[in-house]
Amino acid sequence: MDDMIRLIEPSIPSLRRYARALVRDATEADDLVQDCLERAIGRWSQRREASDARSWLFSILHSLAVSRWRRLGRRGREVSLDDLDEADLAERATQQDSVNQSDILRSLAALPQEYRSVLLLVGVEDLSYAQAAKVLDVPIGTVMSRLSRGRARLAQIMANGSATQVRTPHLRRIK
Amino acid sequence: MSAPRPISEDDLQAYVDGALSTTRREEVKAYLDAHPEEAQRIEGFVADRATLRAALGAIAEAPIPPELGLRALIEARRARQAYWRPAIAAAAVLMIGGLAGWTARGVVTPPINGVGALSREAADNYRVYASDVHRPVEIGPAQKAELVRWVSNRVSSSVEVPDLQAAGYRFLGGRLVSTPHGPAALFIYDDAQGLRLAVMVRPMRVEKNTAMSEHAEEGLSGVSWATDGIGYSLVGPTPSAMLHPLADNVRRQVERHM
Repeated sequence: MDDMIRLIEPSIPSLRRYARALVRDATEADDLVQDCLERAIGRWSQRREASDARSWLFSILHSLAVSRWRRLGRRGREVSLDDLDEADLAERATQQDSVNQSDILRSLAALPQEYRSVLLLVGVEDLSYAQAAKVLDVPIGTVMSRLSRGRARLAQIMANGSATQVRTPHLRRIK
Repeated sequence: MSAPRPISEDDLQAYVDGALSTTRREEVKAYLDAHPEEAQRIEGFVADRATLRAALGAIAEAPIPPELGLRALIEARRARQAYWRPAIAAAAVLMIGGLAGWTARGVVTPPINGVGALSREAADNYRVYASDVHRPVEIGPAQKAELVRWVSNRVSSSVEVPDLQAAGYRFLGGRLVSTPHGPAALFIYDDAQGLRLAVMVRPMRVEKNTAMSEHAEEGLSGVSWATDGIGYSLVGPTPSAMLHPLADNVRRQVERHM
């Protein structure tokens, strides 16, 4: 049990951050993390020895997030860009930084989920390309191409100044 | 001296992430110095990456709320299990007692619900075998043909091993298991995260053809059905909504083989 705590606990802050950046609502994000931790505890003995705990935890969290999207029926992106609460995410920054940070979070939210996950896992959570590939269950080549496209898209959205301008209608899913 | 390797987009992305070796990093840097437009694009990525990290940094620094405390979650799980364990034991005693009673009277009654009994047996066997870390199966995937011969022989019908590879589940092997209704075949699978699923197969005396039904108790879910006198139950520690598409897949496979 101590082993389990020692290996899981250090990842909790990162898991919270990843969940928050993916689903944005703070309560929902923490619910997702709680779900993830419960599963991790339950499946600890079934974990393959060789796999590292950190990317194993991210895999569980990621698949929970994916099934949540499926359940909600919005696969490409989150619905509303107006309900962002990025202000409190960026509370410690100076004003100019905080404007940039709000912009980037708003732009990130406008990205398709596949790009968002890669940018977060690699760029923020410091997973290696191989670890990210395992978490997302795709080949490394796919991680690299999503990274390249995702970064370009993000820059493009930032350059357009307003995330709402790139809300392309054909990407919205209608149930 | 060999010519330098050409710079790829992957190199440029790895440059942004600081994931290059020192030598390669120097080569990429030299390339960017010579290509100001590319350099501008890459610098933009570097800046965005830093801004994103700064924007999200506060969340990871915030104190962990009590509902995500690992010790509390572990305790809660233990308490849940401890709460159910006596109830399950009691239920088992009652069932055995009940069966013995009926048998003693010479009355052989089929279970109220054939597929219901099947689901329960599958869940029980999952708990015993699939949760066994080191030896979940008797016969591994290398001797699949032998496994199929053995279990088909014992359950007196031709049993196929469902293939769940396409859904991301690797076949770990199988074994013969015991149920109150005679021998059954149990096949075990796992995914990349080590999550194990089991498929149990046995002949059905009642309810020879039924639609799929879902069941769940104590962290295990299952989807069970019967086709042409053979019952199937897919069990795993995952919501039954996630099992259902896999069960559909298994059903398609077994019906194709008939």
